[in-house]
Amino acid sequence: MNIFGWLNDQLLRMQWLSDLVTAGVSAAGLDPASRLGGSVQFFVYDVVKIFILLAVLIFTISYVQSFFPPERTRRILGGRSGIWANVLAALLGTITPFCSCSSIPIFIGFTAAGLPLAITFSFLISSPLVDLASVILLASIFNWPIALAYVVVGLVVAVVGGTLIGRAGMENQVAEFVRTVPVQDSDYAMTRAERLAFARDQVDEIVHRVWPYVLIGVGIGAVIHNWVPSDIITALLGQDKWWSVPVATLVGIPMYADIFGTLPIAEALVGKGVGLGTVLAFMMAVTALSLPSIIMLKRVVKTPLLMLFLAIVTCGILSIGFLFNAITHWFI
Amino acid sequence: MIIKILGSGCKKCVTLGENAKAAAEAAGKQAEIVKVTDIAQIAAYGLMSTPGLVIDEKLVSGGKMLTVQEIEKLL
Repeated sequence: MNIFGWLNDQLLRMQWLSDLVTAGVSAAGLDPASRLGGSVQFFVYDVVKIFILLAVLIFTISYVQSFFPPERTRRILGGRSGIWANVLAALLGTITPFCSCSSIPIFIGFTAAGLPLAITFSFLISSPLVDLASVILLASIFNWPIALAYVVVGLVVAVVGGTLIGRAGMENQVAEFVRTVPVQDSDYAMTRAERLAFARDQVDEIVHRVWPYVLIGVGIGAVIHNWVPSDIITALLGQDKWWSVPVATLVGIPMYADIFGTLPIAEALVGKGVGLGTVLAFMMAVTALSLPSIIMLKRVVKTPLLMLFLAIVTCGILSIGFLFNAITHWFI
Repeated sequence: MIIKILGSGCKKCVTLGENAKAAAEAAGKQAEIVKVTDIAQIAAYGLMSTPGLVIDEKLVSGGKMLTVQEIEKLL
């Protein structure tokens, strides 16, 4: 047996936990193969797994992120242009702190320092869409090829989206006050103890913020997994239905949830025969295009630029959805 | 003195506000704590990661949760 496969199953997919929960459900007098037993098994296993992964991942990733505060990212990106600057911005977006609430101050800070819109938007698109924690969770719930493909297409959307926004010449479509903001720079370097404390605080803060979404997400996933008949779901969102991707995207936009909450829903839907592309489109719409972040963005950019941003990201998500539905057989 | 907490209402900002209040009391200073939640005003201080702490219109810390002791030092 190959060691990598075993490590993947036990550490990342936590097969041992699944077995343990199944045993626990049986011991409680429920048949894990029955509807109720199956729902309980899915719920307990997924909740415990997601919280364990969340804590470990956020701690590790926050430690890495503490080396890349927004001020440093801005210095790295300053003075660059061209496609490679967009690629760099998109890559840096994956390792800069998660919270979408910080994306607006970052937008203002970047623009005030004179960074072109093309680069700022590549960063802003990739930041919520592709983060390290969600990639590893994708690998845990699905598999590594899907997780890596997700990263690649997420980065492509960020690079192409940023480049198109740059080409549109909308530098004048930014709220006036943004240009007058002072540029504060800090070259303060954290000590190792401070990085560890920062990582611990991040775990605390993010777990506190996302736990309701995770519970709701897993709850919905458990219901889909065991109670909703497959033929109803495939009739609505089946892979052969052309409308499944646009519907998933439209449903995802107004939802404000964390990617951690949407993953269990995605898992259950794929199990019921919904296309991988449809599910990825849903997850991307939820994370990259949530209503609260659109409302915040409206404060700092004018309507035409906001519309262009929404149109580009929506088109990107739709293309990814259709693409992945067409090539699902490569992955599953 | 006026202490401003910059942040759009996240949990950290609330805690930072409480710590700032406690620090001012511990240092025996009369301080008014003002919460700034408006993005435009927050950004006007040049802050990129919330929460931020402003003492008498000077940005003294950003993106960090400070303990009561740390704020006392800054006062």
